Amino acid sequence: MAKITLDNLAHSYLKHPKDEGDFALKELNHDWIDGEAYALLGASGCGKSTLLNIISGLLHPSQGRILFDDKDVTQAPTAERNIAQVFQFPVVYDTMTVQDNLAFPLRNRGMDEAYVAQRVQEIARVIGMEDQLRRKARGLTADAKQKISLGRGMVRKDVNALLFDEPLTVIDPHMKWELRTQLKQLHQDFGHTMIYVTHDQTEALTFADKVVVMYDGRVVQIGTPQELFERPAHTFVGYFIGSPGMNLFDAEISGQTARVGAAEVDLGAVYETGAGRVQIGVRPEFVHLSAGGEGIPATMNRVEDVGRHKIARIDAAGSRIAAILSEEQRVPAGADRITFDPQGINVYENDWRVVPTARVGEAA
Amino acid sequence: MNKTVNQKAWFLVLPVLLLVAFSAVIPLMTVVNYSVQDTFGNNVFYWVGLEWYKEMALSERMWNALGRQLIFSMVILAIEVPLGILVALNMPKKGFWASFCLVVMSLPLLIPWNVVGTIWQIFGRVDIGLLGYTLDALGIDYNYTQDSIAAWATVIVMDVWHWTSLVALLAYAGLQSIPDAYYQAAKIDQASRWKVFRFIELPKMAGVLMIAILLRFMDSFMIYTEPFVVTGGGPGNATTFLSIDLVKMALGQFDLGPAAAFSIMYFLVILLICWVFYTVMINLDKRDGV
Repeated sequence: MAKITLDNLAHSYLKHPKDEGDFALKELNHDWIDGEAYALLGASGCGKSTLLNIISGLLHPSQGRILFDDKDVTQAPTAERNIAQVFQFPVVYDTMTVQDNLAFPLRNRGMDEAYVAQRVQEIARVIGMEDQLRRKARGLTADAKQKISLGRGMVRKDVNALLFDEPLTVIDPHMKWELRTQLKQLHQDFGHTMIYVTHDQTEALTFADKVVVMYDGRVVQIGTPQELFERPAHTFVGYFIGSPGMNLFDAEISGQTARVGAAEVDLGAVYETGAGRVQIGVRPEFVHLSAGGEGIPATMNRVEDVGRHKIARIDAAGSRIAAILSEEQRVPAGADRITFDPQGINVYENDWRVVPTARVGEAA
Repeated sequence: MNKTVNQKAWFLVLPVLLLVAFSAVIPLMTVVNYSVQDTFGNNVFYWVGLEWYKEMALSERMWNALGRQLIFSMVILAIEVPLGILVALNMPKKGFWASFCLVVMSLPLLIPWNVVGTIWQIFGRVDIGLLGYTLDALGIDYNYTQDSIAAWATVIVMDVWHWTSLVALLAYAGLQSIPDAYYQAAKIDQASRWKVFRFIELPKMAGVLMIAILLRFMDSFMIYTEPFVVTGGGPGNATTFLSIDLVKMALGQFDLGPAAAFSIMYFLVILLICWVFYTVMINLDKRDGV
């Protein structure tokens, strides 16, 4: 187990990257604290897997260093780093039995056979394959194969970190839930540093203590699920996390007020913005509907009932937005205005969040 | 459900039936016909039953040819398959050099058999051939027209040169189909190079290797042109393989009956081997599919 430090790390798949756009992974400084469970969240192709492969040593970065407990391992081969990694698609050794598959990483490290047998039993129980240990891995379902891959990742106790690269993509939904719980349990029991790559926000939010959101080769925010929800640091975080994502409006800000179209919105805090594109972001949870009165003029499109709550689809200020209503709430008759909860408003300039200079009521 | 009966549908299979009849059935039956009769010329034939089969089954000459044939096939398989895999493992995976290697490797496969024979026949000559002259100059006693070991070596090296590419290309195709994740997982699991080959590459290549072995076995078992051009079956009978001997018997000595009987036996042997391969391959597929 170790703390993993990324120091000025960047990677390009090109031999001679010319500008920032050529980098799949843009310059990055970060400490992965020993024993924490992280989720690495982002859309496909944002550099998540690149980062993971650099940590495990399958890729060598174009610049920067990686340190395990302050020891430079940038050029060290995968084997020396003692890392376990599980890939998106199942990798099993077809000609071996399930048992031999699970034992493979241990045997390659010359572990004692009695210990190997005991460890294989334990892991087989975790992944629920005790009764299939003696059959050949060839011909198992994708589910079962991925469980073996997961098992191979977990079989070593002394790994520095456990990396998961979207490991549950091919698994059945009900099994997904169970395996995620098992992984979480494993983390609690052994306290490995875990990094879990996914593009599924539910998976990320349920698995991790901290979520790292990546966008276009850059880490845009690292925080607890709550922080990501309440204070998205980048419009991408707002849009990517939450269902539906955050609503964005072009706005002009002066002090405590934002002007959206012809309407004025109270921000509940004082902001100073520069010359860039200024937007305000409001999560659907903080959008309220009313008939007449204050607020931004809006046109109701339709209401979708998704079970636990309702989603109202609205046209307002030239964009399509969403509002969440609780199950009991009804859309007011003739609703044509929307207002926002000031607590739920964030201000963005050029997609990055602007920190308020003073919060009304707090400052004094 | 009512089936529509339309006898005209038979016309649709007629072309295939005709084609197969003229290309396979009729020639084969002609051979069967010869194999149960004897003639003293003038196109007069006498029924002899299974006489020729009995004679052939006891003929030392044919057993010897069959033995040489089997040894030849086994030796070239034992060389070409491992060598082909080794070459495939060391070929570049992508880029210009990958294409370059593929083209260079395909070249021997494109050369007609009797040209290959002629190339090696000249190449091995002690007076004007590069190989023969060089070996001679190095003090190695090499003369494929007089020494049966030299003749065998030449014929085998020639076949290896001609056909290893085929095995290599098939193995290469098998290797290319392995996703990167397998190699990455193996690195994570700290597998040695040998284990990567044994547990990842070899199982993934198993299917194409079966095909490669089948093709090389069939081709080498029926080989005729190349050794005929280089050694003519000599010195003595040292490199007289089955086909060469059959041709000698049927066309050289005009012993139609015995040659026909032996052709049928030869045919059955090949059919038997095909069946064994087919069964093994089907079982491999089944194991995959479960």
